Formats: sequence, C-alpha cells, structure tokens
Amino acid sequence: MIKSKHLLGIKELTSEEIYHILDTAAGFRDVLHRDIKKVPPLRGKTVVSLFFEPSTRTKTSFALAAKRLSADFVNFSVSTSSVVKGETIKDTALTIQALGADFVVIRHPSAGVPHFLSNILDMSVINAGDGANEHPTQALLDLFTIQTHKKNIKDLTVVIIGDIAHSRVAKSNIYALTKLGARVRLICPPTLMPAEVGKLGVEVFHSIDDGIKKADVIMTLRLQLERQSKGFLPSLEEYFKLYGLTSERLKLAKSSAIVMHPGPMNRGVEIESAVADGPQSVILEQVTNGLAVRMAVLYLLAGVRK
Amino acid sequence: MNILIKNGHVIDPSQNIDGHNDLLIKGRKILGLYPEGKGPAADKTIDASGCIVIPGLVDMHTHLREPGFEYKETIKTGTLAAVKGGYTTVCCMPNTKPVNDTISVTEFILEKSVKEGSCTVYPIGAITRGQKSEELTELEALLKAGCIAFSDDGHPVTNSLIMRRALEYSKIFNVPIISHCEDLKLSEGGVMNEGFVSTIVGLRGIPKAAEEVMVARDLSLCELTGGRLHIAHVSTEGSVKLIRDAKARGINVTAETCPHYFTLTDESIISYDTNLKVNPPIRTASDVAAIKEGLKDGTIDVIATDHAPHHVDDKNKEFDSAAFGISGLETAFSLGLQLVDQGVLDMKQLITKMAVTPSHIMGIGKGMLTADSDADIAIINTEKEYRVDSSTFLSKGKNSPFNKWTLKGTVEITISMGKVFEWN
Repeated sequence: MIKSKHLLGIKELTSEEIYHILDTAAGFRDVLHRDIKKVPPLRGKTVVSLFFEPSTRTKTSFALAAKRLSADFVNFSVSTSSVVKGETIKDTALTIQALGADFVVIRHPSAGVPHFLSNILDMSVINAGDGANEHPTQALLDLFTIQTHKKNIKDLTVVIIGDIAHSRVAKSNIYALTKLGARVRLICPPTLMPAEVGKLGVEVFHSIDDGIKKADVIMTLRLQLERQSKGFLPSLEEYFKLYGLTSERLKLAKSSAIVMHPGPMNRGVEIESAVADGPQSVILEQVTNGLAVRMAVLYLLAGVRK
Repeated sequence: MNILIKNGHVIDPSQNIDGHNDLLIKGRKILGLYPEGKGPAADKTIDASGCIVIPGLVDMHTHLREPGFEYKETIKTGTLAAVKGGYTTVCCMPNTKPVNDTISVTEFILEKSVKEGSCTVYPIGAITRGQKSEELTELEALLKAGCIAFSDDGHPVTNSLIMRRALEYSKIFNVPIISHCEDLKLSEGGVMNEGFVSTIVGLRGIPKAAEEVMVARDLSLCELTGGRLHIAHVSTEGSVKLIRDAKARGINVTAETCPHYFTLTDESIISYDTNLKVNPPIRTASDVAAIKEGLKDGTIDVIATDHAPHHVDDKNKEFDSAAFGISGLETAFSLGLQLVDQGVLDMKQLITKMAVTPSHIMGIGKGMLTADSDADIAIINTEKEYRVDSSTFLSKGKNSPFNKWTLKGTVEITISMGKVFEWN
C-alpha cells in the first residue's frame, strides 16, 4: 500500500511501496499493448502539469498516462501565464487547485518545491523533477525496465556514469537501487561528484574502465552542455574521451549488460551512437515503460486520495 | 526618578561582581551597587527575586533595515525586538537602501533612533561606497556623524587591495573593520552548507572554504597592516582554527559567532524550511563543536545576533529564491544560556561575550553596571521555560528557525537608558 497521496521522491518511499508501484505498472503495461489503450479508473479526475523547465518527453508521458486512465489532462503553460508576470509559485499552485485539479505534476529548477507545495495543497503533488534533488518517476521506470531484463534487482551491479552532481535522475536511482539491494557504482570526474556521496552506500570511481567492470546495468546521464563554461570540464571532447560510453568500454561490463539513458541523449558526448543504437540498449523501452509506471503512480495516488 | 532593583543576583563581569546586590539608578544613569538589603529607598522598587540583573546586552551585528526596507523591519520595531531580547544597544549594519556610506544616512538613522527607538543605536558605516568594493567611504566624516565601525556586511570586500587600504587607513581612528568573509565565486548559487546534506536535498552548497579563504586573506592583511580586524559571523571549524592561530601569533583580530552557528546543524534543512536559510549557512556537527570550543577558549570573543528580519513573502517560497537571514534578537540570550547549561561557558563568560566585549570592541562604554554608567540593564529569569512563538515577536521579522522550541531564560524587565520595559 502507498501511504502518501504525494509522490515527492524515492527517499520518501519504502522498498515495499516501490515494489507495489512496479507490480501495478506491470498490469498497465498490458493495457498499453491492447488495441484500445484506455481504461476508466481516473474518469472525472483532472491532472495538471506545471513545468518550470522545458520538457517534452516527461510531460508527454504524463499526459498520455493520464489520458489512458481516462483522466482529463491540462498543461498549465508557465511561459505564457501569470508566472512571467511575477506570480509566486504558491499562488500559481493554489490557482490550479481552485480550478478543481486533483493532481499537479510539477517540474521546477529549485529543489524542494514539490515538498513546499505539498504542505500547502490538498491535491496530490507529483514530482516530475526538482532541481538536483529527485525525479522519482524516472527512477521507477528505470527499475521497471531493469526488472524486465534482470528479474531480480537485488545484488545487481548498476553503474551510473555522468554528471551525478547535477542529476536528479542519478539521485532517485541511487535511493531506489540501494533500497532494493543493488550495488551502485558512480563514475564521473571529481568536479561532477556530489559532496560526500559515498555515505549513500555507493562506490565512487573516477575511471570508467575500473567502474564499468562486470556491471549488469549501465546508466549514462545527459551532460548539460554548459558545464564546460562553468569550469567543470575542459571540453566536451575530453569528457567523451574519459567518460563516453563506447563499444570498447562496454565490453568490460558483463556481456548480458543493458545500457540505459534517461534522454535526451547527446550522441558523441556521453554515449557513442553504436552503443545507443546497439543490441544492449534498452533506451526506447525505458520510454514505453515510463507510460506504464506513470499510470501506476496516478492510479495508486488516486487510491490514497479516496 | 530613582529606581531600586533589589533581591536580584547581580552579575557584572566588567567589575567582577557576581552576587546578590541592590542596584540603584537615577534617570538615565546608574548610581551604584549596594550590599543586598542596603539599597536606599527609591521612588520605585523592582523586585528581581529569582532573576539575574546584568548589563543590558550589546549586539554588534544587527540589521535594522531602515532606511529602504521598512517592510522587513524599522528602527522602531528592531529596537523594540532588541529590548524584548534583553539588548539595550544595537550596532546596525550599513546594507540599507541607500547604503550607510554618507553622513546623511548616518544622521537619519541616529535621528530616527532617538525619536522612535527603544534602545541605543550605533550605526556601522560602509567600508566602500555603495558597498561596491571600489572606493573607500569618508571614514572621518562618518565617524564624526556617529558611526563607530566599518563593514560592508552582506557583501565581502572582494578587492583585496581595498581591504588592505581600509585596514591601514582606519588605523588613524583606531576603529574596527568588520569583515563578512565570503568568496563570492566559491559560494555562487549556493543556498546551504556543501556536504552530505546538500547532496541529499539537492540544493546547491556553499563550501566552508568560501568563508575560510577570506578569513585567511583578511588575517594576512591584518598582519600586514596592523589594522583592527573583526571577523563577523564565524561558522566553520576551519575559520576557528585560522583565528586561533592568528591570535597566538599576536594578530590584532577579534571574532564573533551567532547563536544559530552553535545551535543548529544542516541536517535540519531536510525539511526545506526556509527559516533555516542564512548566510553563512548552518554547518555540521563538527563545526558546531569547534565554534563552542572557540567560544570556550576565547578564540571567539563575541556572540552577536546577525539579526536579519525578513517579510514572510521573502521566506514563504522556494528555498533557492528565499531570502537569507534569521530574526535573532528575541531568542539570542536563551540560546546563549544553553551554552551555560552545556558547560561551554559560565554565566559570567556568556555575559562578557554578549555585552562587555562587544562594547569594548566598539569602544562605546556600554555593557557595565558601574556607578555613573548608562542605566542599561536586563533582568532575566534564567530558569523559567517558555515556548518560542515567532508570531509574537516584536520584530517585524518572524523568520525564526527556533519557532516552537522550548527555551529557558525569560527577559522579565529591560531598562534602557533608564526607561523601564516590563515584559510579564
């Protein structure tokens, strides 16, 4: 059973809750393969997305997930709304609530905004990414994808390569994977490693060749191109040379290893095209699984609200 | 009018008094101390049974926000908050709008504080015009108008050469240069301490080094120039070590910390409570321990509040864009008392750091109960517990991370320049 009507982060979930979401998602995946991809449980409910950062895939995924559960989905457009006129986030959120929404799916560049809103709002708050804090549905869909290929998550060796310090995807995955008993290795230059991250029960590597050895799962992260100008890296070329996931390096992992990426990819920066498009890549599966997982989240939170 | 304060436990570290005495004041001045029960009859008698009677506290680091930010605090409300907290003197920082870098602003603050203030106010002038780290202000003119020290607080003096000149030039007047130590490049975008907790909550960290590199720079410049340096709001273990070492080498430096730096750790920020957002940020348990050690061994001379009141709208928002600062005047002494309970300081040392030494550093002749000194007195029940309710603060700033805490030490009566404020 899920306890909270909000999904703020993986930090706040127990391993039982995580498994419950994954099991529920498995049911919805079957729906997605039917001819008529729509079920009625959220009929009459309204889901509003409130994105303060550009996003296409996450927003579209939530929109389709809501619609396949028969909910109404509305996007509250930040760039053309009162927000640009100086409205506070609190007032914006209360306005959406007053319009009768049941769920708000929020993405914001500042960590903790979903938590802040969950203290103010009656409607369910779903975190679709807050600063460098968490992106829980991404981690859930990653787990779901791993489960499809590896059955048991416990005792797997999962490596995460890239800009860990600025990555909410990495953070949510670290919490999720360690809660479920996987061994997590982080690989990135010291400039992009979060402070004292080892205390989260992960292993830290600065060399990709060392870190990738015998891995079961390899997650690469998108490198924000402005990291170079901020002094984190000398150049994107050097980053690719040191940390890019190439076919050669992939051979150091287990032959059964799968390759994941939360998208959007920078080909030739963090991942070689041959790997992204290769047989071990499950990147497009992740996208499909995202729908099932987000349907499960909406469905289960609606259950808590009853 | 004469007032006799009797039955109280008088503690005045400036004259090494610690015992039951009667204290007589007349008008704005203290007439003298008498053995218990021997004080003469007076027009009014205050029974201070069960309380300590101490010199009114002196805060050498207060933001009164006026002129320019009256919606956050005014001289009227800030000084009321001060007397409520047992303070009878506050030294106000110059980061107002306009900045206190000209005599007209200094004069405005002083006139306003005489007219509307509840305690004595001493302005601190800016080191550089507009706090821009480019040109020195006219120190002589500002001192003559009533400033007593200089600081660009809120901003560091980023230009090392200008900091050198300030420390040199101020020697003419023998006044302290108060440094807000922060390397703005290292702290850029940061909203809390950099460490494990910032990793967990995903907020941008401010490394301890952002403070320490500037402490090290200013200590070097102080050694070079022989000027008078005072380090504001020390928050890290490394800063304590640097200052301790500098003092051992005879460098002319003093330092302050604030109650939140010896009371709170960054773990509390897991709640994203913006009342915990302050600059420098709340650090870790090892820093808290080092700050206490520094207070105990004398490395840190002063406990100041860095009272930084904000309007609720500046705090009730996302952590990244919320304002930095804690409304501190009304809880500072109670938090200081915890150090006494923990055995870090004894009561005399606490009062020394909250009244006597700040007065010495600022050269203002406050913080004492000697005959003929100003009638600035706090009468405090150090055993009485209360629950902090920031909504009842007299400060306009209700931004306290100590809201709902149970603390000890109620200020029963404050006497400021002879004016009696009875709180209960």
